Amino acid sequence: MTSHELLPLAVLASSLLPGLIIFALPEAWIGVRTFLNLFAAIAKLGLVALLLAGVAAGEEYGVRYAVLPGLELALKADALGMLFITLSAILWLFTTLYAIGYLEGAPHRSRFFGFFSLCVTATMGIAMAANLFTFFIFYELLTLSTFPLVVHRGTDKAMKGGTIYLAYTLIGGTALLAGIVWLHHLLGHTEFAHAGIAAALGPEYAGQLKIIFLLLIAGVGVKAAIVPLHGWLPQAMVAPAPVSALLHAVAVVKAGAFGIVRIVYEVYGVEFAQSLDLLYPLAIFAAVTILWGSFRALFQDDLKKRLAYSTVSQVSYIVLGVALFGPIGTIGGLVHLVHQGIMKITLFFCAGNFAETLGIHKVSEMDGAGRRMPLTTLAFSIGALGMMGAPLTAGAVSKAWLMDGATAARMDWAIWVLWTSSLLNAAYFLPILWRAWLRPVPAAWPEEHIARRGWRETALLLLLPPLFTAAATLTAGMLADSEATPLAWARLIAEREYIGQGRP
Amino acid sequence: MSMSEPLFDPLAWLILLPLAWATLAFVLGPGRGAWPAIAGLATQCWLALDLAQKVGAGGTAAHVVGGWGAPLGIDLAVDGLSAAMLLLTQAVALPLAIYARSYFKPGDPAGTWFWPLTGFLIAGLNALFVSADLFNLYVTLELVGLAAVGLVAAGGGAQQVAAALRYLFATLVGSGAYLLGVALIYGAYGTVSIATLLPLVTDDAPRLAWIAGGLMVAGLMLKTALFPFHFWLPPAHGGAPAPVSALLSALVVKASFYLILRLWLGPLQAVLPAFAWLMALLGAAAIFWGSWQAIRAVKLKRLIAYSTVAQLGYLFLIFPLLAAPGAIHAGVMQVFAHGLAKAGMFAAAGVLIKATGQDTVAGLAGAVERLPVTMFAFGLAGMTLMGLPPSSGFLAKWQIIEAALAQGHWIIAAVVLAGGLLAAVYVLRVLRQAFLMAPASATLAPVPRTLEWSAFALAAASVLLGLRGVELMQLPGAVT
Repeated sequence: MTSHELLPLAVLASSLLPGLIIFALPEAWIGVRTFLNLFAAIAKLGLVALLLAGVAAGEEYGVRYAVLPGLELALKADALGMLFITLSAILWLFTTLYAIGYLEGAPHRSRFFGFFSLCVTATMGIAMAANLFTFFIFYELLTLSTFPLVVHRGTDKAMKGGTIYLAYTLIGGTALLAGIVWLHHLLGHTEFAHAGIAAALGPEYAGQLKIIFLLLIAGVGVKAAIVPLHGWLPQAMVAPAPVSALLHAVAVVKAGAFGIVRIVYEVYGVEFAQSLDLLYPLAIFAAVTILWGSFRALFQDDLKKRLAYSTVSQVSYIVLGVALFGPIGTIGGLVHLVHQGIMKITLFFCAGNFAETLGIHKVSEMDGAGRRMPLTTLAFSIGALGMMGAPLTAGAVSKAWLMDGATAARMDWAIWVLWTSSLLNAAYFLPILWRAWLRPVPAAWPEEHIARRGWRETALLLLLPPLFTAAATLTAGMLADSEATPLAWARLIAEREYIGQGRP
Repeated sequence: MSMSEPLFDPLAWLILLPLAWATLAFVLGPGRGAWPAIAGLATQCWLALDLAQKVGAGGTAAHVVGGWGAPLGIDLAVDGLSAAMLLLTQAVALPLAIYARSYFKPGDPAGTWFWPLTGFLIAGLNALFVSADLFNLYVTLELVGLAAVGLVAAGGGAQQVAAALRYLFATLVGSGAYLLGVALIYGAYGTVSIATLLPLVTDDAPRLAWIAGGLMVAGLMLKTALFPFHFWLPPAHGGAPAPVSALLSALVVKASFYLILRLWLGPLQAVLPAFAWLMALLGAAAIFWGSWQAIRAVKLKRLIAYSTVAQLGYLFLIFPLLAAPGAIHAGVMQVFAHGLAKAGMFAAAGVLIKATGQDTVAGLAGAVERLPVTMFAFGLAGMTLMGLPPSSGFLAKWQIIEAALAQGHWIIAAVVLAGGLLAAVYVLRVLRQAFLMAPASATLAPVPRTLEWSAFALAAASVLLGLRGVELMQLPGAVT
């Protein structure tokens, strides 16, 4: 095996093997488990950095082997996959740190971190899948490995959330499988390729290809929480905060959005998808989701539920970017894949901090929280402003590119959708900030678990991760035009998808 | 028909060895004979693997006739299909033997004659897979059936005896119908040798051949517990001790399925395909009915037994698809997937019942916390039954769906997809309950680790096979 084959496998193994070992660790071996967790996260980052440097230099990484005759498990590291991998690897490190702090003293940590590692392994597999068959394997593995995390607390409420989550994702998975086998039957393979593979079939297959597209998009649309397939996401809020971070930023909804990107660009190809009139309906669905998610968020008093509806809305920015036919919209969508992740993880870390430190779970309990926990509230504010698309944040960059993309695609209504969503974002985020910063401190917090020690308003492992990701939100916004940012990488991908084919 | 290298020895030994350790166990007395059985099964495993490799490497037909002599008149033949079945049988039986040794405590009345009966069962199965004439197949079928009934009855309780009697009835009627069919064939063609019959039975076969084929297949359907002939299975498989349930669900019902497939592809290929859609229809009904009953079941082992009814349904979906080469591959994969997973699941259920002291789904609260290895095993086996990747059950479903689409029978693909979702419902019913917090009053009896880990090994094998099916799939290519 050459290093070009080994590196993608090593990226998978760097979380799979530690995960399997962690399952076997006795509960009390906290030190060993923490070491393994952090070692794995850092080792993965190192491996991803190597891979990223290679891909940037034009190297090709990949490995494949036959599961059945004619059916291959295939991995490759390309520019698009690396965008997702890098995001997940970085956020995984922060989420791991946060989870270690969050779960201190909680039961079943070996099980938790074991499935946590499997989850990230599945995400890496989704990002590196070189065909739909492989994509599906890791996609379902992600469903299975997140279920125990969602129901981790073992309460009836957790079970309900977990069951709803599985009902949606397994039915979605079935639609996805149907579409994949159908396509495999027509084409004899399902390899991802620039400009897509479906165009190879003659025009007489247009009808079938449209149905397959519907099946595939419905399948991944469940995880991407496209309305009306989004019902599981607010229910899954019963999960512990690090799991919510995982669902909303690192793995699950991202896997769905990423799947849509792969299917549109590398299975159908944008040009071909456009010629089949598939992109316009997709854009409509994305727009409806953006508005509906923001609208529903307005009425949620539960903080995490409000954030969940916000995710429903924001993830469809990515879908909208993909559906806007043209390179600029593509860049906007792809860069938002990263930016939404950084901003949303910040918000969930902070929500977890409010809950763990002061027992605050509701927006109506947020009064004065900024005085007691200024750093957390600052991070939260940055994330929230980013979501609104305020200047200097990562969200502003996404929104600008998406709007330019809409103009370029002559879909002016999309600009209005984005503006309306921004207003709605402001309408549900600003009251939280106002309460936290400007309202007086209440006589007593709902349930204070962690006392303040000097400048440390909460446990250090809970405090640092959101501060880092909030800083990243600002950095990605202010330095967007420099090299080595998500934006630069998204432009590289868009170049390869559109211009690389010689058809700007 | 090509004579390859002398394969005679492993074939004969695969039958003689289990007979030998069964006899030894009988001589040693009640409850004894575990170690000879394990040693014997380990050797058989190696023999079956060796045989499978040789047959697989032979590429095409590796048909070996061991002239085992006039007095007995037994011809042994092995091709890819039988090599695969032999491999599965030994691979499932060995971990189950290790499991059973810990499961039956000394003096446990349920384990009194477990080892001799299991030995005869395995010998019967192995003989069935290599028999080359219809009458010998009948003899092996009876041997398997009677040993299985004995194993079910060994539990001793009134319910077990009732279940065993039902089972006895079903198995005797089933083999009786089969025997009648064989007699008619003999009357019409004057031979019962599969190889000799092959060119004789043609499209314009006399009505007698059709009746014979119908009788044989109907009898075998009864023995395979295909819907609506499944009435005997849930009480028998649900009531027997866990290692017995595992052997029956994983292997015994597959033997009669194997025989249907053997007749279908072999001597009766001109007659049977007329029934293809009937088979598929009953298979689909089995999937829906079995799953529905599993979803409703109160008892854990009853749930798993109904799941067997459902999973057997998939095997019958392949009959209208046999024109495409992928269908038989799909069938073999499903036989392996279900065999390994169901053995693992029944073994896990045995652990849970021993620990909680009750055979109910509701009593499982807290199992994930207290018995993580067992629940992991249950979950992995469940993954295979749901057909989720990366498991062998997933590959089986993929192959059935693809074969169905290739021939335009999208309805079969739809049944397979729907069946997966139904399986998810009953598997998750169990997992969901097990994830709940244990009631404070609940105490769990300690369980030997061997039990937990042998269940885990079987379940894990059913998943790992999903990552590498190429070698196994060479075997059905070598069907004669």
